Amino acid sequence: MLTCKEFLNSLNEYFDDNAAAEIRALVESHINTCPNCWVILDTTRKTLQIYKGMEPQPLPPGLHDRIMSALDKRK
Amino acid sequence: MHQAETGSLDDLALVHQAKAGDIGAFGELVSRYETRIYRLARNIVALPQDAEDVVQNAFLKAYSKLDSFQENSKFYTWLVRIAVNEALMKLRRRKSSKTVSLDEPIDTGQDELPREIAVWESTPESQYSQTELREILDKAIDDLPPIYRAVFLLRDVDGLSTEETAEALDLSIPAIKSRLLRARLKLRETLTGIFKRKGDDIFAYL
Repeated sequence: MLTCKEFLNSLNEYFDDNAAAEIRALVESHINTCPNCWVILDTTRKTLQIYKGMEPQPLPPGLHDRIMSALDKRK
Repeated sequence: MHQAETGSLDDLALVHQAKAGDIGAFGELVSRYETRIYRLARNIVALPQDAEDVVQNAFLKAYSKLDSFQENSKFYTWLVRIAVNEALMKLRRRKSSKTVSLDEPIDTGQDELPREIAVWESTPESQYSQTELREILDKAIDDLPPIYRAVFLLRDVDGLSTEETAEALDLSIPAIKSRLLRARLKLRETLTGIFKRKGDDIFAYL
């Protein structure tokens, strides 16, 4: 059984797509018995989802052309 | 070469053409990566005008140093390394009294432990406009030390692997992992302050 500190240290690995089944099982069994860590896991997951779901900032108008013309001058 | 022809080539082929003097091939690389590099720059330096300078300087520097690109890493990873250095230089100039480095020692105080533990509204993002949400998310990143910003952006937003991020930032893999965990927990903490379920506060007064 993981302690809360060990749970925190395993969080990164847990969110890794290639996480070992063993780590997943350990983390999941910890959060089933520890409501605070359940909340931390849930809100961390949502944090990552919300950032991944953001559309990238549109490129400022004219930036591409400015880069290209600066490159042309370097030729 | 026309865009239709360059568009289907892989990065390395374009690099070879650009090394041989084909500026159009390099232009295709600019088109491919300028949005991602801009997002990275914008989140490290915060000011839009500074971010534009960073992107432009990064591509100019990449073009002039292209001959030194060894091709044993991905072009994008190499480009990110240049862009992050440009961004940090920009930050240093802005805060000339304070050194900004990816190697800054990390404080090991209590602040890494989660303090704010509260469930969120079920879909907090739907309560804000896209513009408001972007401001919230950008502000949260801006509150991170620069060392964490780059790691979080590259790993969790841009989708680079731990190894690629380590290479791009010239940091060790354990350093990337510890910075990523702290960045994630700090962002979670900040967003919880904003997105937590409102009714839960009541219990604090009982």
